[in-house]
Amino acid sequence: MLYRESGQFNTSYRADQRWFRLWQQRWVFATWMILAFVVVPLIGNDYWLNAILIPFLVLSLAGLGLNLLTGYAGQISLGSAAFMAIGAFATYNFQLRIEGMPLLISLFLGGLTAAGAGVVFGLPSLRIKGFYLLVSTLAAQFFVTWILTQCGWFSNYNASGVITAPPLVVLGQNISSPAGRYLLTLSVAFVLFWLARNIVHGELGRRWMAVRDMDTAAAVIGIPILQTKLLAFAISSFVLGIAGALWAFAYLGTVEPHGFDLSRSFQILFIIIIGGMGSILGSFLGAAFIVLLPILLSNLSATFLAGWVDPGQLENLQKIIFGALIIFFLIKEPQGLARLLEIVRQRARVWPLRF
Amino acid sequence: MDFFLEVLTGGLLAGVMYSLVAIGFVLIYKASGVFNFAQGAMVLFAALTFVSLWEHGIPFWGAFVMTLLSMLALAWGVERVVLRPLVNRPPITLFMATLGLSYVIEGLAQLLWGSQVHGLELGISDEPLEVGGMLVSQFDLFAAGVAGVLVLILSLLFNKTRIGITLRAVADDQLAALAVGIRLERIWMIVWAVAGFVGLVAGLLWGARLGVQFSLSLVVLKALPVLIIGGFTSVGGAIVGGLIIGASEKLAEIYLGPLIGGGIENWFPYVLALLFLLVRPSGIFGERAIERV
Repeated sequence: MLYRESGQFNTSYRADQRWFRLWQQRWVFATWMILAFVVVPLIGNDYWLNAILIPFLVLSLAGLGLNLLTGYAGQISLGSAAFMAIGAFATYNFQLRIEGMPLLISLFLGGLTAAGAGVVFGLPSLRIKGFYLLVSTLAAQFFVTWILTQCGWFSNYNASGVITAPPLVVLGQNISSPAGRYLLTLSVAFVLFWLARNIVHGELGRRWMAVRDMDTAAAVIGIPILQTKLLAFAISSFVLGIAGALWAFAYLGTVEPHGFDLSRSFQILFIIIIGGMGSILGSFLGAAFIVLLPILLSNLSATFLAGWVDPGQLENLQKIIFGALIIFFLIKEPQGLARLLEIVRQRARVWPLRF
Repeated sequence: MDFFLEVLTGGLLAGVMYSLVAIGFVLIYKASGVFNFAQGAMVLFAALTFVSLWEHGIPFWGAFVMTLLSMLALAWGVERVVLRPLVNRPPITLFMATLGLSYVIEGLAQLLWGSQVHGLELGISDEPLEVGGMLVSQFDLFAAGVAGVLVLILSLLFNKTRIGITLRAVADDQLAALAVGIRLERIWMIVWAVAGFVGLVAGLLWGARLGVQFSLSLVVLKALPVLIIGGFTSVGGAIVGGLIIGASEKLAEIYLGPLIGGGIENWFPYVLALLFLLVRPSGIFGERAIERV
């Protein structure tokens, strides 16, 4: 009863299909958006924007990409970082090779390139399933890093394959400042999350879930399996590609192919396990967790364990904590933080009653 | 032609080393349906524990037995903490749990024993031997011998002992095994302990080859395509798959590498495995999955 639903009726199908059916939800959402788009760029300092908010947004985008593929369509992938790399390098090349290419268009084209690669590596998914499919995504992971290092053309013949972001200009405005890069990332993330949310709630999303739950049964009721799976690979890779481009351009500024190695893929997989598989909101929660936990841990140990533990050991400790958390979540709450939030929300609805 | 044969033999023998890691996978997959990503971490843990004990002045066999005991303790812990609460969950959940487990084990091993590189000298000279006009690494021959003995022991264990028969019953049908009174938890623990033993052997050989360091846990990535080609459920398949991967990888590096640029060893096994899968989706020796609605 912390918020009341009584008296809010939907009198048309359009109203019933809205994102937020309660005025309370709309207000909360609007407040969040004003906070994110207006207040944060005004008051946020460079450290917060650079080291926390931008990587958080980019990683939640990457989490969203993998979540569409693994959480909704049920195809497990260990190659997410490869598609991020393709997005980053493609965007870089579109910017470099075509004179006067607007940044947003090359971002979009970079995403499309990643989507194309996703379709190629997703092709075997029709014939091979489950763990065997891991091989296809791992092949993508190793092959892409190899070819980006091997073939100098992709990084404009830089000796170590490093690409450096050009000055970021959108609609004639230079947005290379932290706040500008933050706003770019936020806007792109907003659009992609909006798209993903609509896809997932639409027909394609339903098809993905049917394939995830049992693809043989889905085929029997007439769902085109190949098309559905390939679309999952394409859209997921598109989002991952854009996330990769933002990672390179808006967050780091310079990246090399090995910045997108297997451990990055694991990190993204951990985001969706912790955040919640098959949940849009979960991508945000998981990314926030992944970004904040190491900072929290190093601050905690600096305060309490100062001098006891050396930094190298701290990294091992961090690994153990991450691994243990993964196992803990899988055992106790397989649907992740998103599910926990849902429980809290449900409690708030019926409070002070239990049910 | 001689050169070709030499590369081929070298590749085949290197493949045996991959098989050693893959066997640990197969054991666990057969008995519990768990795709154990942590096998590489177990290899690292075993090798690091053994080397550190040895460097502290404990004699070879003492260190060996103590490491074996610690692998047993690890198996017990894994069964209690990870596997038991996850009974009846989808295989993908169990896989991700082992992913988390590999992080825990790697972190633990390095927390306990430090992360510097240890040399491991097993007292086998690595001088090449001349066999029929070809140069063959003595160490590789030794590794192949060890793998052979290991497979022999495992097949004896599986076929002649009571434990082995219950293991096979569990692998065949978990529900039926439960119904005749086999204790699943104990079987899982035994299987993980045996996989730990295989991991120790693999860790010693790989450690002697590469030095005992973090990259040992990455051999798991080489074992994956081996499993794909051989099939997840067959020890023999793991050996054959290892041989195929080892040989083709070396041949590709020598003959294909110069054409498209070097360093293709990293991804070539995966592409090969992928091609295999398109022809035979369950590997050479794997069981064909039958799907029902």
